[in-house]
Amino acid sequence: MSSTTNSPTHHTSTIGAIGAPSRRNTELALLVFAVVIPVFAYANVGLAINDEVPAGLLSYGIGLGLLAGIGHLAVRKFAPYADPLLLPLATLLNGLGLVAIWRLDQSKLLQSLPTYITAAPRQLLYTALGIALFVVVLIFLKDHRVLQRYTYISMFVALVLLLLPLVPGLGADVFGAKIWIRVPGLGSVQPGEFAKIVLAVFFAGYLMVKRDALALASRRFMGLYLPRGRDLGPILVVWAMSILILIFETDLGTSLLFFGMFVIMLYVATERTSWIVFGLLMSAVGAVGVASFESHIQQRVDAWLDPMREYTLSQQGVWGHSEQAMQALWAFGSGGTLGTGWGQGHSELIRFAANSDFILATFGEELGLAGVMALLLLYALIVERGVRTALAARDPFGKLLAIGLSGAFALQVFVVAGGVMGLIPLTGMTMPFLAYGGSSVLANWALIGILMRISDTARRPAPAPAPNPDAEMTQVVRPS
Amino acid sequence: MSELTLTVMRLGFLAVLWLFVIVAVQVIRSDLFGTRVTQRGSRREAGRPQQAARQAAAPPQQRGQQGGGRQRRNAPTKLVVSEGTLTGTTVALQAQTITLGRAHDSTIVLDDDYASSRHARIYPDRDGQWIVEDLGSTNGTYLDRTRLTTPTPIPLGAPIRIGKTVIELRK
Repeated sequence: MSSTTNSPTHHTSTIGAIGAPSRRNTELALLVFAVVIPVFAYANVGLAINDEVPAGLLSYGIGLGLLAGIGHLAVRKFAPYADPLLLPLATLLNGLGLVAIWRLDQSKLLQSLPTYITAAPRQLLYTALGIALFVVVLIFLKDHRVLQRYTYISMFVALVLLLLPLVPGLGADVFGAKIWIRVPGLGSVQPGEFAKIVLAVFFAGYLMVKRDALALASRRFMGLYLPRGRDLGPILVVWAMSILILIFETDLGTSLLFFGMFVIMLYVATERTSWIVFGLLMSAVGAVGVASFESHIQQRVDAWLDPMREYTLSQQGVWGHSEQAMQALWAFGSGGTLGTGWGQGHSELIRFAANSDFILATFGEELGLAGVMALLLLYALIVERGVRTALAARDPFGKLLAIGLSGAFALQVFVVAGGVMGLIPLTGMTMPFLAYGGSSVLANWALIGILMRISDTARRPAPAPAPNPDAEMTQVVRPS
Repeated sequence: MSELTLTVMRLGFLAVLWLFVIVAVQVIRSDLFGTRVTQRGSRREAGRPQQAARQAAAPPQQRGQQGGGRQRRNAPTKLVVSEGTLTGTTVALQAQTITLGRAHDSTIVLDDDYASSRHARIYPDRDGQWIVEDLGSTNGTYLDRTRLTTPTPIPLGAPIRIGKTVIELRK
């Protein structure tokens, strides 16, 4: 064995994969940063509106810091290798949302409205509940693959959640969209926000099993792979479901979110571009078809095509028209590049839903283009970390679940931001983390929790190799 | 509150917000991780005496190359792992033998159940032509589709299969 005798004198090196460092200290540093920024904004709002540092500054800062700290400690304990960016990014967005909601609470105009409630303390409570849910997910979801067992139960649960708002007596018609249910003693809940996560679990479990049939059993036609008829079944079912949501709940956003999420996951599972083409065609056909006879959707489309006309009609007191779409555009416009500064804009003129659906308009006016771009980048970073998690995940179910959740998150941001900015018709969805709303905050913290769990599994270093491979037997290739 | 203070705070806030974004992107940048190369032989070959000893111990085919240093055209400069657990790893080809196997003292330690401890070696002959030789491995070494029985010259880009690992020489 000549190599045995001479190899020690040769230039030898071992090449192996490095495990990612856990990076918990990076997370802590970023988290401190993510708490300081909203505190700064909070002080800024107080100084601009009341000429004094707000009295609640200390308690607000400590409250947010404490919540972030609890989240961080839970991550250290239960998911030590999880992605270091997700928690700080979510905390920052949530904190900025709290500041904006508090800032709108201060407005004299909104205080005079009959619908006024002091939203900021409630939102802080929802945030606390959200982070508690995040911690619960980390503690009890030891391995995300457990969710795979509940593939078809998830489908059932998601359907129930989506149909709940239609149940008479339970559902609540809030300004045209029936996406709410009233729970006695709890207030209103938006089940669609939770259905988003449950449905991602179902799609991931289903596609993991069916991906080969969907990807390989196809005929090639004009450069596209046409799937077999029976493989088209599930996509048709999901399409029909989203159309039904559109018709009966008149909610364009939820319908778009679910169908879009399914198409994204289908594409990732099968690597077939034809699914995207089919998906776009089907959603276009569905949306146009429904919009042509559903008056609520039609009105939204009209308001999108000509917001100024809509504004004039609503000023004349014509029932069923809303001036908000135009006002949101004016808010963005008056913000300009650098914004008016915290507390110095007039986005409270949007009145109703200023702190939920239209909260991005407040940011657009007071922080300007520069601030909104930063916010969108923060969202993009969350999505990027989700996709990175999917890339790093070792099991196909985790990959699909991570891509589904981050895809749904991205679609939601696109649908809301696009609606408020007038790129697409306005829908009744909320900006994740920024907007006021308990369901949204809770569901999105749970979503971040699941992503953290998947990334913890993905980044956890592989167990150390056996001490002496020389002693191991070489496996023999058996001719098959 | 004076206009100036508010302007400073407004711009300051935007700066801080963007700083956070930039820091987050930096964290992502340093998060890119790949393979680690640990030099293990470097401590031994500290001085010239060992260098001489190494040349003496090297296989006879290697000596001619040491003096000549003649670089032929189309001579491969690196060895690339194109399949298996070490995919993407490259090793620069100097005029010295590369041993492959699961043994810890191999040049390329294969984490591959189907590779033998000392599976194969790759070395340059007198003309600088790279040769692959099977070292009596269990599952054999394949150049393209043929199992090696004698030391064989390696054409540029031809796949050498060892267990589940495939390597090739490239320019």
